[in-house]
Amino acid sequence: MNIHEYQARQLLAQYGVAMPAGDVCDTPEQARQLANQLLAGGENLLAVKSQIQAGGRGKGTFKSGFQGGVKVCRTADEVFVNAKAMLGNVLVTKQTGPEGRQVNRVLVVGAPSIQKEFYAAVLLDRSTSRPVLMASAAGGVDIEEVAARTPERIIKESIDPALGLMPYQARKVASRLELRGDLIGQAAKLLQGLYRTWWECDASLVEINPLCLILTREHKLALLAVDAKVSLDDNALYRHPAIQGMRDLAEEAALEIEASKYSLNYIKLDGNIACLVNGAGLAMATMDIIQHFGGRPANFLDVGGGATKEQVAAAFRIILQDPNVKAILVNIFGGIMDCDVIATGIVAAVKETGLKLPLVVRLEGNNVESGNLTLAQSGLTIVRGDSMADAALKVVGSIGSP
Amino acid sequence: MSILVTPQTRVLVQGITGAFGARHAQLSLAYGTQIVAGVTPGKGGQLFDNKVPIFDTVAEAVKQTGATASAIFVPPAFAADAIFEGVDAGLELVVCITEGIPVNDMVKVRRVLEDQRTRLIGPNCPGIVTPGEGRDSHGGCRIGISPGYIHKKGHIGVVSRSGTLTYEAVWQLTCRGVGQSTCIGIGGDPVNGTSHLDAIKLFDADPETHGIIMIGEIGGAAEEEAAEWIRSHCRKPVAGFIAGATAPPGRRMGHAGAIVSGGKGTAAAKIAAFKEAGIAVAPTPSEMAETLLKMM
Repeated sequence: MNIHEYQARQLLAQYGVAMPAGDVCDTPEQARQLANQLLAGGENLLAVKSQIQAGGRGKGTFKSGFQGGVKVCRTADEVFVNAKAMLGNVLVTKQTGPEGRQVNRVLVVGAPSIQKEFYAAVLLDRSTSRPVLMASAAGGVDIEEVAARTPERIIKESIDPALGLMPYQARKVASRLELRGDLIGQAAKLLQGLYRTWWECDASLVEINPLCLILTREHKLALLAVDAKVSLDDNALYRHPAIQGMRDLAEEAALEIEASKYSLNYIKLDGNIACLVNGAGLAMATMDIIQHFGGRPANFLDVGGGATKEQVAAAFRIILQDPNVKAILVNIFGGIMDCDVIATGIVAAVKETGLKLPLVVRLEGNNVESGNLTLAQSGLTIVRGDSMADAALKVVGSIGSP
Repeated sequence: MSILVTPQTRVLVQGITGAFGARHAQLSLAYGTQIVAGVTPGKGGQLFDNKVPIFDTVAEAVKQTGATASAIFVPPAFAADAIFEGVDAGLELVVCITEGIPVNDMVKVRRVLEDQRTRLIGPNCPGIVTPGEGRDSHGGCRIGISPGYIHKKGHIGVVSRSGTLTYEAVWQLTCRGVGQSTCIGIGGDPVNGTSHLDAIKLFDADPETHGIIMIGEIGGAAEEEAAEWIRSHCRKPVAGFIAGATAPPGRRMGHAGAIVSGGKGTAAAKIAAFKEAGIAVAPTPSEMAETLLKMM
């Protein structure tokens, strides 16, 4: 699960991570009021930041024509004007796709005088099955590009989960970032806060980009987490009710939410051949084989190992809500699951939805003969696929040239 | 022979009284597997299916029945604890079927396993099957949820992250009259017990395994790691398939571990690593068995 920047700040604050002062606002009036408070508290510059769960906000464009999802302001009136231009409007960035995302909240925070930008993150290192702290002096930019072009600029510190991130490890990383004096202690506290957020919140990613060296009003150097991204492990949400409450359904695709109600795993893609498959690996492989024979998959859809009649019916309804779909491929390897139960479910779903599109079904496994008989005797136009390849060829052929 | 389990392996089932565990314990019994004990805390002293004794703890079950392997069917919130209990009881093999275990729980499990002799398969996996000699491979050792009847005793090892793709490969072999030594589903989670490489090394060392099918998918670099070893060490033909070439980056494709993130873990990179290592890559998932048989 992804959360907004302002929510990530709430989690990080619990673990003592230093961040610019500020808060989230729902209305322009609220933003003005908060701006007045922050300016009175000594901030010279403020940032108004659109809260959507996608990167590239600063360079994004609103559908209204307004430029920039992040704005730096000098006065409370300026904050009001910018918040008003953002709130309720749809922001398009390089990560949102052309449909963009509606901005329902803005974060108003102090915009400190930045001397240098770093990168810091905690994530799972799959090769060691341990957490890893990653840091770089090349912050504020796309870290994937840094990793690809200059991997030597990425510092990695593996963490023993039995011990956590030890203070010396955090100091070692700070030193390699060429921080000196009391900044080493500040960095160590901040990095340990990142790790504790990751571990105790069951995060899959805690990322600070940029982590900034700033000049305080007293002309001292300090470290602040200026932008924050936190993703959570869905499997662990059950033990974090407060974090569960942070889920923003407006950020998720409607069909994917609908599918999750039936324990179906659905991801919409941009092709026109829908597929309905049992098992994640087989579902991916089915998408691949459609493409192999020149078609384009419209979705990933895993109905799980023990799909019921109700789930199959729900799966058909969800698939058919995608207007791009021109044909459907059902690929079921019924190991334990009875193929005849699935076939009965398919027939019921086709009748219920009044399906007019070409439908190719490939059944294999337990009681497959009865299943195929049920399909054949249904009186419906269902094309049988004898193997995955046969089924894929037939479904691609059914829509002519894609 | 086979790897990890034989028809003689004595198996206990953790979570045998839950609906899921009970169903598959029955199917394993029907397959002829030596299911010798069940474990459900608080139900010790009862019998499962009128024949299998149930114990409160794994330690007690091991002591009383000599079980050396376990299948875990407990809900995700309790699964890591169930694995720890199996490790503590000194089991040689723990197979965790449970899907949806928090990643940090598995990070802890892996940390504990570093100092232990127990091998973990899974979680979020179909388990392991060593086919038997009877009809529809009856008499084999089935730990987990794989359909037993699709197997046939023979000499091909199968290892895969995906359940249904394992069945697909096994069925393709069996339909061609080619049997399997052992088939392992290692699971679709980002942190698991047995890796592709672990399984490949075991198959390579098993005299009864003559060829290997390795099925991978997007996410992580376990397939590349196995390919690297195969290139210079493996003495047996290996055919492979990678699922997820069409998956969009940044999206989790059903399995928690099936995600291309930061440009890493792509199907293209894995396929390239396979080819470089001399692994024959099936052009489609329909041709996994065919691709291996052409090499042999």
